[in-house]
Amino acid sequence: MTAVTESAAADLVGSADSGTDPMVPHRYRVVRRRLETRDTVTQLLEPLDEPIPAFAPGQFAMLYAFGVGEVPISMSGDPSRVELLQHTLRNVGAVTGALCAARPGAVIGVRGPFGTSWDLNSAYGHDLVFIAGGIGLAPLRSALLQALSQRERYRRLVLLLGVRNPDELMFRKDLRSWKGLFDVDVEITVDRGAPGWRGQVGVVTTLLPQAPFDPDNAVAFVCGPEVMLRFTALGLSQRGVPAQRIRLSTERNMKCGVGLCGHCQLGPVLVCRDGPVFSYDRLAPLLHVREL
Amino acid sequence: MVADSASPETCRPRTPTTTEGAAARAAALADVALADVALADVALADVVVLSPPGLAALANALIGDGYRLVGPTVRSEAVVLEELESADELPWGWDVDADAGRYRLRRRADRAVFAHAVGPQPWKRFLLPPASLLWRARRGESGFSVDPPEDPLPRYALFGVRSCDLAAIAVQDRVLATSAHPDSGYRGRRARSFVVAADCATPAGTCFCSSLGCGPAAAGGYDVALTEVVTGEEHLFLARAGSAAGDAVLPRLPSRPATPHDLDAARAVVGEAAQRMGRRLDPDGLPELLAAHREDPHWNEVAQRCLSCGNCTLVCPTCFCTTVVDATDVTGTVAERRRHWDSCFDLDFSYLHAGSVRASTSARYRHWISHKLGTWPEQFGTAGCVGCGRCITWCPVGIDITAEIAALRGGVPEGGGL
Ligand SMILES: Cc1cc2nc3c(=O)[nH]c(=O)nc-3n(C[C@H](O)[C@H](O)[C@H](O)COP(=O)(O)OP(=O)(O)OC[C@H]3O[C@@H](n4cnc5c(N)ncnc54)[C@H](O)[C@@H]3O)c2cc1C
Ligand code: SF4
Ligand code: SF4
Ligand code: FES
Repeated sequence: MTAVTESAAADLVGSADSGTDPMVPHRYRVVRRRLETRDTVTQLLEPLDEPIPAFAPGQFAMLYAFGVGEVPISMSGDPSRVELLQHTLRNVGAVTGALCAARPGAVIGVRGPFGTSWDLNSAYGHDLVFIAGGIGLAPLRSALLQALSQRERYRRLVLLLGVRNPDELMFRKDLRSWKGLFDVDVEITVDRGAPGWRGQVGVVTTLLPQAPFDPDNAVAFVCGPEVMLRFTALGLSQRGVPAQRIRLSTERNMKCGVGLCGHCQLGPVLVCRDGPVFSYDRLAPLLHVREL
Repeated sequence: MVADSASPETCRPRTPTTTEGAAARAAALADVALADVALADVALADVVVLSPPGLAALANALIGDGYRLVGPTVRSEAVVLEELESADELPWGWDVDADAGRYRLRRRADRAVFAHAVGPQPWKRFLLPPASLLWRARRGESGFSVDPPEDPLPRYALFGVRSCDLAAIAVQDRVLATSAHPDSGYRGRRARSFVVAADCATPAGTCFCSSLGCGPAAAGGYDVALTEVVTGEEHLFLARAGSAAGDAVLPRLPSRPATPHDLDAARAVVGEAAQRMGRRLDPDGLPELLAAHREDPHWNEVAQRCLSCGNCTLVCPTCFCTTVVDATDVTGTVAERRRHWDSCFDLDFSYLHAGSVRASTSARYRHWISHKLGTWPEQFGTAGCVGCGRCITWCPVGIDITAEIAALRGGVPEGGGL
């Protein structure tokens, strides 16, 4: 073999084998598991390996169930608690099913944190309006906890939550405690009422016209299914919130989380890298195109 | 990294211009002219002349240096890329007749070895293999442990890479190797690779690299570049080095110095090739054109023809989409994650719990062509198409990326500015 001589390729991409492999998961042990609803659990995780870097609310991780697969799941915990990760997931298929079943002691894989955050810092001095559809509350919980820990920075805090029926309400303890705060407005609606439900009935957008915030001075944070994003963004626009101050968290199929696999494209953006949180002015031309 | 004489310039496909109008078109044409005369910068002293046995010596030298030689060879009526034992296996004396949905090998009167344009396979086959193991995990005391693959990454010498394919490798470098989270397998294979480029003398009927500034001459990103000159009884290869590694290998080969006559002949070869491209694609304003036509009924018309087979994505040298598959052994103690090529034409590609985002063929074709020519620059800062023509040749129904763009342009109302 000849002496190592720099090739054109090494010059272009750097010498081989430097850096960490973004596809290798870090192991975390489940330390607590709480049933939120019939099919949704919250888990707390502690690292077995080098922990992943600190996250910002709105970011997600790829969670791996041994031998079954890996899926994107948002962080739902308090971002200031760096020693424990928390997420909340709904069992809808093979991977989320295996992850939901992981009890204290079980080990799962974590890669992340990936993607853009809600960027609360840029909303300093504004009303914050959090609007969640179903499991979309998970990444917003994290943002709400951060806002509450820096309460003096913001004006009104409003949470509008829509779920299909009262049985699907998650984070009940948090919701009770936030409702008890004089400086937070929490409004909950269900698509379909049930015996004993005395709250609002209707989709979450029906809460918008009456919600107590100042459109000229509000930043909205929205997470839920794509149709809900569309209608909520339109509703917020109708109330006069400018598109740059409407932030939406989007969903696409994801296989890598780091811009390598191409699965998460939404027109010109890669949701894992440029999102999942986008402002509505960026998203509007894309969100309303069918099958993009 | 050692600083050396290697040129960091590659033939990166020119990003489709986003400016409108005549100035942009003129700039585009000027760029094309530059690519045509790439050999104009080459100084006589930097070129040596190899005979066919000299070319064989280059292949042997690389094998001797521990590289796995991969290059074109004739198999089942096509020129494919395979691991080769010597230069004897190269496609001496073949060229191709290619058109939309058509590919035929033809015997030549001479023994030209790089006259076959590009075959169905892109070089990504080696740098981003169709299937690979990412890691293996084993159940154990603390849940499981994760081990990277044990096999060392191969060192490939890519032999006979056309300028369009060099540009495509530069595109994949951008996506997979120099992004925020580089892919370690691709980057490792790529960093270990040695590239022998071959300027194009005989473009095929589906080629349009010169429209995009990606050829026909190699403009950088190689270790050694060759221009094949076949005239009468003369058959020679002008060889120039593009890196320290290339500089080190050329003196070990039987060669003679180049004469001004040799260099003129080589310039004539690439200059004429640029005039013989079978197709053209006007790159001007493509991102805007495609964004403006997201809801165009033309996509439904294409969907009448498109089989959603995904051939175009498999043969495309820039398409990089992959998926992962997780599995365990029968005992459930060893789990693997494998990665393989995926295609945006596959229904599952965009699957979300409620169903696939791009359920219709029209949405999938629109996505593919928009990615290649419209959204790639915004995503990665390069164009996504290098004009190699493979997707046109290997589409079973002959759908032609250049024709679909022409059709969209034709549909723009007067004064639309596109
Ligand atoms: C950025 C982001 C954050 C998310 N945060 C949460 C969260 O906090 N809690 C939660 O419960 N769910 C969340 N999801 C949705 C979650 O990823 C899917 O429910 C999950 O992928 C379904 O996988 P499965 O194998 O169980 O289901 P299946 O229906 O069997 O899915 C098969 C495969 O399709 C893909 N897929 C299916 N649905 C989705 C989807 N909605 N998004 C992305 N890929 C999908 C996955 O690769 C999955 O493995 C998030 C999705 C994204 C993109
Ligand atoms: S889109 Fe077609 S012409 Fe362009 S690089 Fe890919 S295969 Fe070649
Ligand atoms: S364009 Fe042609 S090659 Fe591509 S999916 Fe459609 S039929 Fe197949
Ligand atoms: S999830 Fe792979 S590129 Fe975004």
